[in-house]
Amino acid sequence: MGRKLDPLRKVPRGPGRKARKQHGAENELKNILQEDTEAKRMSSRGRKRALKRRMLQEQKAAAKPPAKSNANAKLKIGEKKVLPGFTDDNAEWLKPVKRARKEEDEESEDDSEEDNEEEEEGDEMEEVENGMEEEVDEEMEEKSDEREDAEEESEDEDGDDEEEEDGDEEEDGDGEFGESLSLSDSDDLQDDYGTSSGDEKDLLPIERASKKEKKKQKSEEALTGEESTIQLNVDSEELFQLPTEEELEKELSTAPDLVTVQERIKDIVGVLQNFAQRGGGRTRQEYLKVLKKDLATYYSYGDYMIETLSELFPVSELVDFLEACEVQRPITIRTNTLKTRRRDLAQALINRSVNLDPLGKWSKTGLVIYDSSVPIGATPEYLAGHYMLQGASSLLPVIALAPQENERVLDMCCAPGGKTSYMAQLMKNTGIVVANDMNADRLRSVVGNLHRLGVTNCIISNYDGRQISKVLGGFDRVLLDAPCSGTGIISKDPAVKTNKSVQDVQRCAHIQKELILSAIDALDAQSQTGGFMVYCTCSITVEENECVVDYALKKRNVKLVPTGLDFGKEGFVRFKERRFHPSLRQARRFYPHTHNMDGFFIAKLRKFSNTIPKPNKDEETETPSPDQLNEDKATKQKATKRKAPEENDVKDNTAKKEGGNEKMPKKKGGNEKTPKKGGNVKAPKKKGGNEKAAKEKGANEKEPEKKAQKKKVAIKKAHMKKAVKVTGNKNKKKVASKKKKMFKKKTNK
Amino acid sequence: MRPLTDEETKAMFEKLSKYIGENIKLLVDRPDGTYCFRLHNDRVYYVSERILKLATNIARDKLVSLGTCFGKFTKTHKFRLHVTALDYLAPYAKYKVWVKPGAEQSFLYGNHVLKSGLGRITENTSQYQGVVVYSMADIPLGFGVAAKSTQECRKLDPMAIVVFHQADVGEYIRHEDTLT
Repeated sequence: MGRKLDPLRKVPRGPGRKARKQHGAENELKNILQEDTEAKRMSSRGRKRALKRRMLQEQKAAAKPPAKSNANAKLKIGEKKVLPGFTDDNAEWLKPVKRARKEEDEESEDDSEEDNEEEEEGDEMEEVENGMEEEVDEEMEEKSDEREDAEEESEDEDGDDEEEEDGDEEEDGDGEFGESLSLSDSDDLQDDYGTSSGDEKDLLPIERASKKEKKKQKSEEALTGEESTIQLNVDSEELFQLPTEEELEKELSTAPDLVTVQERIKDIVGVLQNFAQRGGGRTRQEYLKVLKKDLATYYSYGDYMIETLSELFPVSELVDFLEACEVQRPITIRTNTLKTRRRDLAQALINRSVNLDPLGKWSKTGLVIYDSSVPIGATPEYLAGHYMLQGASSLLPVIALAPQENERVLDMCCAPGGKTSYMAQLMKNTGIVVANDMNADRLRSVVGNLHRLGVTNCIISNYDGRQISKVLGGFDRVLLDAPCSGTGIISKDPAVKTNKSVQDVQRCAHIQKELILSAIDALDAQSQTGGFMVYCTCSITVEENECVVDYALKKRNVKLVPTGLDFGKEGFVRFKERRFHPSLRQARRFYPHTHNMDGFFIAKLRKFSNTIPKPNKDEETETPSPDQLNEDKATKQKATKRKAPEENDVKDNTAKKEGGNEKMPKKKGGNEKTPKKGGNVKAPKKKGGNEKAAKEKGANEKEPEKKAQKKKVAIKKAHMKKAVKVTGNKNKKKVASKKKKMFKKKTNK
Repeated sequence: MRPLTDEETKAMFEKLSKYIGENIKLLVDRPDGTYCFRLHNDRVYYVSERILKLATNIARDKLVSLGTCFGKFTKTHKFRLHVTALDYLAPYAKYKVWVKPGAEQSFLYGNHVLKSGLGRITENTSQYQGVVVYSMADIPLGFGVAAKSTQECRKLDPMAIVVFHQADVGEYIRHEDTLT
């Protein structure tokens, strides 16, 4: 028996040499054993031991409930009562909730596990007590066993707990015995049916102890876990009640408690997602109203911004978006492939203890900077022009534009030159890139960046983007990164949260519409390789994006083409009361919470004809859609605010639209148009011949006009201009509606 | 925007030749098209003819920059090279100076190169020879004038100036406004 106590001894596993020889013996043995199961022959000692075991079992069973000193003992006992039979009699007990029943089941399983443990523990106790005795017993036994047949031997040894646990190699084919004992014996005897018994048996006592400990812990954890879920269930069943108006007002008077506000946000979002299950008969509007107010307080947004954003996103996404806007986007850099390779750059930066990673599959030049001990914008590599600090989102428009070598490309609003240099880089410094920006101060950084990055194919000009199509034209590709309200980059500029209003967005939208037309005019549809333009903004409002592109689709011979970016969300085709051209699906939107880059909009257009569609007079009577009316209002607001030269610009735009592709002098365009409208412009315009125009103009405009009529000739002239402008706008509407139809026809074809 | 006058051309080429010697002709006769120098706002731009043609459409006051700016003429009609010309000086430079990593930063802040920061120097650099300054990783950092010849450099005391600073890439950040 000494071998059992030797922990260093390696116990051979698996079937031994003999087993291999005796092929098919198992089957025979099985038959024999089966016969044997009923009439069990035991040695006298074996019988004694079995009796002892049974007695112990009973004792244990009796002693068990009080022995459980766990906090959850009570619970278990309760379950035990339920457990014995899931009969029809006690079916009521099980009724409550499906979930609860499941838990009970789990717990009962747990229980049985506990039982096993207990039994094991008990066995060990026995082992310790009888340690020496049994050893002696065994020895004796073995001597006597020599005379007994194989069966009996196996029976005996199996019956002995200690043997079984210590793992003896002789213990194969003992299944039947276990079964026979199962009536009285514990479950764990039943367990080592067949071959699986090997594993546990080979363990040392210490290992066994630790295993037991682990098991116990596990079960306890499971229990506590269940408890916590139970706790949670209780919580969630407590229905959230919307605070009343008075409560809200009261809250407003005091400083808002952000924690409660945050919790309320969570609750309301939960309610809104499962609206049918809410308590009380409050309407969705009420919930939304409170939610918006709370979001505005919690994230400190202005009412207008929250309103706009909530129109763009469903509630759960809205919270995600606002949350994402609180966090800075990761710093990304773009390798300047004109001077270095990404691998070399990464190595150089890693040597400066910068922690970085490639940006993503879609970019071969981008790197993400996680952290760096040196300022990333002032390393010698940066100064030598090996990379450019650039947001991930601003790589996308250039990828979408995909400028080719030896092309003529225009970047209409280029500052600070990140996209421009990327274009030059993609073109490998061939062809021509015209970088234009209206702001001369911002152009300094463009000059610096382009020279630093070694771009040599660039012309930097300082035109107003709206005029550039008159100076330069025939470009193969145009990138228009239009100035915008910046609603997509709130994390960069949190001031956007509060300082944007309807007027700001409309003003931006108006400029964007002018710019996009100018950009399209600068394109050459006959270009062999191109004729593409990319329109992008770092804003996510529909007014600045889909509306603008839709407007361009109506005004010029362009169509949307896929951007070539395989991610991003589709552009809106319908938004509130607005309906856009279905091809706007091919535009792409990017959001901070879904793509971890700044909010961005990208649309790629292809110009298919250089002619500018003319207005069709048949459809003049058609009433403009509310959307168009809005646009026109915006233009008018804009126009009234602007100074003379810009007014000219508006007029010129309209003139062009009417006058085909001929470039007419500004004033002429206006004058020529007026006769078309039939007779004297001044009189019908001002005296209310056109009600719509008058309405739109608003009272404050009308009055000075009347005065002006009475006053000097010079002022009258100024008003003539205005009148012309109004007709221009009116015509715009007609043109738009007509063009819509024309476009439909085209697409149908 | 106009072509350079003879005096201007002479002044500029003299300056350039201090750094790249006879390699100037490689700048003028290029296999990949005609390149020319143009004066605009007292600045000299080195630009391909194709780009130049397009740029003639742009009004003088609206044109900010084209091609590569090499430098500017001062009010006294002397030519001053800008750091933006480094892209063309570095590949053709005849005399080079390498600075140690520790001295890189100092040079990029506009300081002269000291003997202690001198990593390597081209053989037989004469005194007051225009040199291009590189980092030890062979990144061009700027250019200057050798204060001492290579021979003299060997037995200089560590704090002595080896290269007088003229321009460095740190100017892209420090003097962004005056680059054009």
